[in-house]
Amino acid sequence: MRYLYLSTLLLAVLTVSVLGFRGTPSTRPPIELFPDMDHQAHLKPQAESAFFPDRRADRPIPAGTVSRDDLRDDDHLYLGKNADGTWARTFPAAVKLDAALLARGQDRFTIYCQPCHGALGDGNGITKQYGMTTTPTYFDEKRTKLTAGEIFNVISNGSQKTPEGRQNMLSYADKLTAPDRWAVVAYVRALQRANAGTVADVPADKRKELGL
Amino acid sequence: MSKLFPKSANRLPLQLGLFLLVLGSLAAAGINYYATNKYANVGYAPVQPVPYSHALHAGQLAIDCRYCHSNVEKSGFANLPTAQTCMNCHSQVKTDSPLLAVVRKSYETGEAVPWVQIHMVPDYVYFNHSVHVTRGISCVECHGRIDQMDVVAQAKPLSMSFCLDCHRAPEEHLRDTKDAAQAVTKLGWQHPGGATAQTAQGLLLKQNLNIMPPQSCSGCHR
Repeated sequence: MRYLYLSTLLLAVLTVSVLGFRGTPSTRPPIELFPDMDHQAHLKPQAESAFFPDRRADRPIPAGTVSRDDLRDDDHLYLGKNADGTWARTFPAAVKLDAALLARGQDRFTIYCQPCHGALGDGNGITKQYGMTTTPTYFDEKRTKLTAGEIFNVISNGSQKTPEGRQNMLSYADKLTAPDRWAVVAYVRALQRANAGTVADVPADKRKELGL
Repeated sequence: MSKLFPKSANRLPLQLGLFLLVLGSLAAAGINYYATNKYANVGYAPVQPVPYSHALHAGQLAIDCRYCHSNVEKSGFANLPTAQTCMNCHSQVKTDSPLLAVVRKSYETGEAVPWVQIHMVPDYVYFNHSVHVTRGISCVECHGRIDQMDVVAQAKPLSMSFCLDCHRAPEEHLRDTKDAAQAVTKLGWQHPGGATAQTAQGLLLKQNLNIMPPQSCSGCHR
């Protein structure tokens, strides 16, 4: 009887030493005890497919296709241009300039712009410490004079090419929809306005909070 | 005639029964410990084609999760970033790093970077990222402290009971999406008032936003 217990104990110790404990990091794929229908034969997003020559399950949109509700016939909204091809100075009619737009702009700016441009828009984002040295400030003469359409265009298509033929900022059109880009434009304008602010802009009853 | 069985044999059935009981309990404990996702899936940390550190990018640099996983608010699937997303910075930072050769090649040729998926649910499970994050369920609830992981490992079991625990008591997890301080991508955020304040806030949000996480089979197995 004693041997029976001893060998059981040995078996238990052996099991634990082979299988280890829960949560131990492992590079091996998880064991599937009951793999029934875990992997079904359908295409999954960003996954591989043996069917297509380029092995992508995600298919590119055929040229000339327009998604439903995505007809981009408004040059002001989608390109930042007036009917005559000049850069728009105003916001498109489809975008309502209000506090909600600015809040959305701030939200999107914090996610997509702040890492390089900084929370203030002075170009001193966290990435500057890691080698992104070309990020400019929004507050120099060149950039305060940009039209809204030009700012929209930079967000959509990236910055102008340098003499060496490269762009320091790439397009954010895949991350920000056109209305979101306009919201960011509005927020960039707000940052520029805030930077140009003086004590006179602060309401008298709020000055004390700022120690003025 | 000599005795066939010694006197001690009288205790044998009892002893055997006791042993089987011990053996059975051990086997049950072993299955309970090893035969679930908590053992099989938690800790899965495959080797990725690029040794990308979330601890550096999301933790130290505090880049928002959505900078790269940009469709998570709109799509059921939390996308992996395009190579261009990496190149937004890495066209200027660490441009010659051999570790990033795969990304540069992908950016030039359009070939996909062969990332390995870590967090998986079976194909018969419907899960939608956007509906969770836009209602105030933080990334941390299912993915753990990604911002502290140099190599991402699965932190939660993602089993059916794991889903149901939250679906039955969402108030313990719901964040106010209108409050930037508790944004779903702030992985370290916890309600300053502790568990009771979190539950109070969660119950209010649940009522106001009419949040009713499905508990029926067809909610997830559709």
